[in-house]
Amino acid sequence: MEPQAIIARRIARELKSGMLVNLGIGIPTLVANHVSAGVHIFFQSENGLIGTGAPPEEGMAHPMLTDAGGRPVTALPGASTFDSATSFGLIRGGHLDLTVLGGLQVDQQGHLANWMIPHKMVPGMGGAMDLVTGAKRVILAMQHTAKGAPKIMKKCSLPVTSLRPVDLAVTELAVITFSNGRATLLETGPGASVAEIVAATEAELVIPNEVPEMSL
Amino acid sequence: MQTVSLEQSVAMIPDGASVMIGGFMAVGTPERIIDEILRQNKRDLIVIANDTAAPGHGIGKLVTAKLVRKVIVSHIGLNPETQRQMMAGVLEVELVPQGTLIERIRAGGYGLGGILTQTGIGTPVENGKQRIEINGKAYLLEVALRADFALVHAFLSDYLGNLSYALTARNFNPVVAMAANTVIVDADNIVPVGVLAPDHVVTPAPVVDYLVANS
Repeated sequence: MEPQAIIARRIARELKSGMLVNLGIGIPTLVANHVSAGVHIFFQSENGLIGTGAPPEEGMAHPMLTDAGGRPVTALPGASTFDSATSFGLIRGGHLDLTVLGGLQVDQQGHLANWMIPHKMVPGMGGAMDLVTGAKRVILAMQHTAKGAPKIMKKCSLPVTSLRPVDLAVTELAVITFSNGRATLLETGPGASVAEIVAATEAELVIPNEVPEMSL
Repeated sequence: MQTVSLEQSVAMIPDGASVMIGGFMAVGTPERIIDEILRQNKRDLIVIANDTAAPGHGIGKLVTAKLVRKVIVSHIGLNPETQRQMMAGVLEVELVPQGTLIERIRAGGYGLGGILTQTGIGTPVENGKQRIEINGKAYLLEVALRADFALVHAFLSDYLGNLSYALTARNFNPVVAMAANTVIVDADNIVPVGVLAPDHVVTPAPVVDYLVANS
């Protein structure tokens, strides 16, 4: 299985019926494709939509019904639309159950860096800082390393997105929780050994005696 | 509220004006007014908006034509021209977290001096800002934003200027409509008074200064 598919499938298991969920761009967007039938999720697009559905069929796009990347989407039955103040009130105000975001780095306390590389990539933070700071639960979806270099670090070398730590990081090699302030290995990826995970991780990992393989 | 031609609506905007513009990746941006700003070659604008869209779309057209001196936005990642002008030092870019940006504008329109938010604490966004502790939690003081003009896109306007919006084209529009000295509206549909039920009016007519007439 492709690394992105492993990550998206594992995270989809965290989504429960009735949750309000915001998915970032990249791997997080794929999570929506792996939600089990019968699980009803309210997906939010921060440009002002709850009930975001799949892209429309050819010829059915509406120029005023888009996701946060400006791409055409559909609105599911029960959808609602609102202005940007309401949208970020939902995000910061304790109404958003879960956000899934991509990342450039995360440190061993769970601090995420995902919005800029000084002098190289300065796209603007968009909604990322509000999402990490305000969502009830934050899950990081990213590949474990970038061209072999670790992304789970002792300390981020890039500017962080928020002082609020992420709750969970899911990579193709591991599921790691930060809930007690330390990076703790919860599950191994398909076929990955603990030694392999440790070698690909710069952060100090707490490793329990028993670490199950993630079930997909 | 006064009805004006497209040409008149832009003629009243002087070079160097600060302009809040509705839209999110050009969805809900008053595209007709943008095109007229290009035609009248209004310069040195300060643009306050969610993003600079992409080249050839909405605010992206103003950036490409080098009519903008400064932008206050949350995202420029889909407009390489904005990034190029920023790196070259010809365009000043103030990046603001999206939720903070919309609340600063809302504060400006609602008579508030600013807002307190936890977003940005411990990041470069905090630089130069005051931290205020409330009930043991730290917040950043983010000051209100207003502008000389708001350029608003609505789906429906009645003859009086009562506005309603469509789907995700609402975004920043009703918020910027409250936060500028002069509010100019481009509506997709102008309808008789009474078509919009009172409960469906999002922006009340007295807020609107000018409605651009159909051409």
